[in-house]
Amino acid sequence: MVKIGVVGLGKMGLSHVSLVRPLPEADVVAVCDSSGYILSILERYTGVRTYSDFDEMLRGEDLDAVIIATPSRFHAPAVRSALDAGLHVFCEKPFCLDPAESRELAVLARSKDLVTQVGYHYRFVGAFQEMKSLLDAGVIGDVSHVLAEAYGPVVLAPKGGTWRSKSTEGGGCLYDYAAHPLDLLTWCLGKPHGVSGTVLNRVFSRETDDEVFSTLYYGDGQTAQLSVNWSDESQRKMTTRLTAWGTKGRIFADRQECQVYLRDTSEPPDGYQVGWNVRYTTDLTRPVQFYVRGEEYSAQLETFLRRIEDGVTSPRNDFPSAADTDEVLGMLVADAANGPATTSETAAVARAVEATAPAPWPAVKAASRELAAAAAHRAGQVKQRIDEARRRRKA
Amino acid sequence: MTTMDPLLFGDNQFFGVNHMSEEKARAQAMRFQDLSAVIDVLDIAYDEGIRTFMCTTHDRIAAVADHVRADPGRYPDYKFFPGMPYAHKYANAMTELGMMGAIRRFLPDGGLFDAALRGGKALAKKDIDGLVTLLVDAEMTMFRGTSTPVIFLQNVVVDLLLGLGFDEAFRIYAQHVRDAYDAEPGFITMNLPALLDALEKQGVENPVVCSNINKIGFRMCGGVDAYQDALRNRSFRAIAMSVFASGAIPAREAVGWVCEQPNIESIVFGASSRANIVSTRDLVAEFWPERMPPPAS
Repeated sequence: MVKIGVVGLGKMGLSHVSLVRPLPEADVVAVCDSSGYILSILERYTGVRTYSDFDEMLRGEDLDAVIIATPSRFHAPAVRSALDAGLHVFCEKPFCLDPAESRELAVLARSKDLVTQVGYHYRFVGAFQEMKSLLDAGVIGDVSHVLAEAYGPVVLAPKGGTWRSKSTEGGGCLYDYAAHPLDLLTWCLGKPHGVSGTVLNRVFSRETDDEVFSTLYYGDGQTAQLSVNWSDESQRKMTTRLTAWGTKGRIFADRQECQVYLRDTSEPPDGYQVGWNVRYTTDLTRPVQFYVRGEEYSAQLETFLRRIEDGVTSPRNDFPSAADTDEVLGMLVADAANGPATTSETAAVARAVEATAPAPWPAVKAASRELAAAAAHRAGQVKQRIDEARRRRKA
Repeated sequence: MTTMDPLLFGDNQFFGVNHMSEEKARAQAMRFQDLSAVIDVLDIAYDEGIRTFMCTTHDRIAAVADHVRADPGRYPDYKFFPGMPYAHKYANAMTELGMMGAIRRFLPDGGLFDAALRGGKALAKKDIDGLVTLLVDAEMTMFRGTSTPVIFLQNVVVDLLLGLGFDEAFRIYAQHVRDAYDAEPGFITMNLPALLDALEKQGVENPVVCSNINKIGFRMCGGVDAYQDALRNRSFRAIAMSVFASGAIPAREAVGWVCEQPNIESIVFGASSRANIVSTRDLVAEFWPERMPPPAS
């Protein structure tokens, strides 16, 4: 029996409590939140022990694991306390707002042989799992490009007052929505070596982004594009989808289905044929023990508990994998701050340079010195902005 | 005890809910954008003898209720089985406003709740009872003056409360639905065996429970065997939904299997065309001949 404490009783925290309590292999023995109302209701009606202080819960209870579902900026300190107490940790996404801290905590957990997992539940959706295994098997040949999208109706008017509406607390479309398709990209393609053209745009929010767009560059010339908007009322609920183009076909997946087109140059795996193939969620979804709002939410917790029982510390959605995604989130924030890479002015300069070619050697050297100086200046500016942001966050 | 028709008409198709395909869901959302398109399909179902509409408390259902209420001559025996709440309304509001903000948005009179929050004190037991009844009353406003013999709590809420162990909410809900609406309390769930245990412990007797019941065991937590055991041995009134498992099972095979299961009182299904409504009705009539007499031709 795995004894679990849950901290943060918002939408995700309550959902996790509800999904774990019915399982025979685990129990939620204590919960922690800053809201006295929620605690009093849960204590009175469900009998779970309640705390308003996380460290007190860690001291007062004999726990095996914790589930951390606080606002994102509290993830890192809570994870550290839990790891120091020798507990296995399931943390909601995004893992940490500072990728360096993500890496450090991943190393700390590994040094203590603790099981870690981050709540990127889309990796437990049958259709995305099918897509991933088809990609791994090379069914569509060499993948050149992946389009990762997420749309939904969260912020539809200029208002909103929770932590989710502040980017400094890990709210906003980037951390709340875009993190999911980005994590799927990390899962399918690995970590990008660069990003470009990132836009973090406001539609209605005052203090954070409502749309995110970017181009990501991977090894072997692969690219991905990200398109995310949480102010899209045409969607009934969050819709996440991935489309991959390869030399031998194309794969599309969302929560409901996986559509695969295979060219006659491909070698279709069992159950697949050249041309169109569709697999539905009813075929791809494995049963779970208890269902509240999608098998993937149940499956990720069942997996976490199984990994604790079996002592498997990696690799499904573990801290190192989430740290990769955090690094990509950090790259997007830095890239967006740079603004457009090419402007009408730089384009004019480029045209002028081309017109005078072939340039005499001293002119080329002078130009390259100028470029290097500009790049160094820019890097200095970026570092300054990051330092400032860190100071603000710490404050 | 109110009787339930063997066939109930569902509303997923009207709101872009399709468990197989987002594309189909969107096509349906477009098709049913105008209320008249919804009413046309409801009229077909009604005229083909399916006179119970099991629906969510989506804002658009209010217009359907207005339409039915305005024409008692056209719909003399029309029944609504409302299911509350329309969950995405709350889920999206929770992301935007937090839980307390979401509850406050949907309460008709936030006075009591706000007072407790402002006073910084925990909610008293009577406040929870009051909160549940206020939320139910807010959702039921749109059905005033129509017949609502069974009132459901939707599966997301039922299963969330069930998992939390907040079983007492089921008793409070059942009591309020019986007292205030003279209706049978209904529960929709994806975890039938576990829910029946909780309802029994709370003394909710012979409840109406709607759950997925299909040949492939899709979203039947506990497994097909446990469901069949519950159908044979537990005291409740079963409604089967997702009988076709979103189209994964051929219609004849799906209906044949469900109609063989013991003690199922009703089947709820959704359809968008006369052909599909009639073919489902005729299939059920074929497998349940004693319950569905053939329509007079």
